[in-house]
Amino acid sequence: MALHFELVTPERLVRSEEVYMVTVPGAEGDFGVLEGHSPMISTLREGELAIYASQGAAPERIALDGGVAEVNENGLTILAEAIGQ
Amino acid sequence: MASLKALKIRINSVKSTQKITKAMKMVAAAKLRRAQEAAEASRPYAERIEKVVSSIASKVTVSDQTPKLLAGTGKDDVHLFVVATSDKGLAGAFNTNIVRLARKRAEELKGQGRTVKFYTIGKKARDGLARQFRNDIIESVEPGDLGKLGFDAIKVWADDLIARFEGGEFDVAHLFFSKFVSVLTQEPTELQLMPVALSNDNAPAGVGASVEYEPDEEEILADLLPRNVAVQLLRASRENAASEQGSKMTAMDNATRNAGDMINKLTIQYNRTRQAAITTELVEIISGAEAL
Repeated sequence: MALHFELVTPERLVRSEEVYMVTVPGAEGDFGVLEGHSPMISTLREGELAIYASQGAAPERIALDGGVAEVNENGLTILAEAIGQ
Repeated sequence: MASLKALKIRINSVKSTQKITKAMKMVAAAKLRRAQEAAEASRPYAERIEKVVSSIASKVTVSDQTPKLLAGTGKDDVHLFVVATSDKGLAGAFNTNIVRLARKRAEELKGQGRTVKFYTIGKKARDGLARQFRNDIIESVEPGDLGKLGFDAIKVWADDLIARFEGGEFDVAHLFFSKFVSVLTQEPTELQLMPVALSNDNAPAGVGASVEYEPDEEEILADLLPRNVAVQLLRASRENAASEQGSKMTAMDNATRNAGDMINKLTIQYNRTRQAAITTELVEIISGAEAL
């Protein structure tokens, strides 16, 4: 029961890990991605990414400056141009 | 024959040259490691964005609405060569190789009656091309230290290039840079930058799977394609940075070794000359004593 999550910037591969859920600031509204999400590609607006390492855990938040999210059978990949700390 | 003093001066001067090339080699080796890491770190993003672009592009039918960056201008008359080199020399054939490849391709295309323009990144690219194509260089930028080049600076060039493309200044853009294969091998490489060249091997396995697009395919493409141009430029300059240091390291290593050989030869010559002088002196003393 884990979602493979990758966060990539032009400078480096920031994260590559198994998580429970990620909430993504999509261009047309936030959406949560769990394991087994149907394939989709969405552009992102400026906002916060919330990463839930396990069910019920406090989320870890990362600020994004736009980008693209891709969900496929391998998991979630976020291509972001710049990330905040 | 050179005098002892002249030889001594010569040896000292070669020695100090050797010290400099040795220091440059060590600096290049240290920078190479960092540049290599940066080049490797920029690969995942470039690979993934390419995958996403080709997976969307394979689903979009070309129409008037399709962004120019994907469909092209429909012509093939004016080519733009984006030639990326470094600002500094003393790196073996690194700059020359890139420029030579660009020049060769430019002559080929001109022979076919196409117009070729140049957008140079780096002083050495401009210098190398100015002799032959002075009037075809539309813009020259200087990146400074390749290792410290950030994404922000590159994005400015990418936006400039895209604006020129949209404005119809050229139909096809090629990017020239040096691919870092290993410390000893750097390959001058040509890459089609605009319109986006799609390789079919990247087509996703599950083409049949229905993928949801948010907002829709065309808007995502409009957002992704300019980003892709910037990312390709970034990747080229990272590869260039690593190649430059690798090439510099090899060149300086050779220079250091040559200087060493030269010092050995000069030292032998110095010692022989000194010995000859001593022998002459001895003969003079002995014959002087015998004469008494």
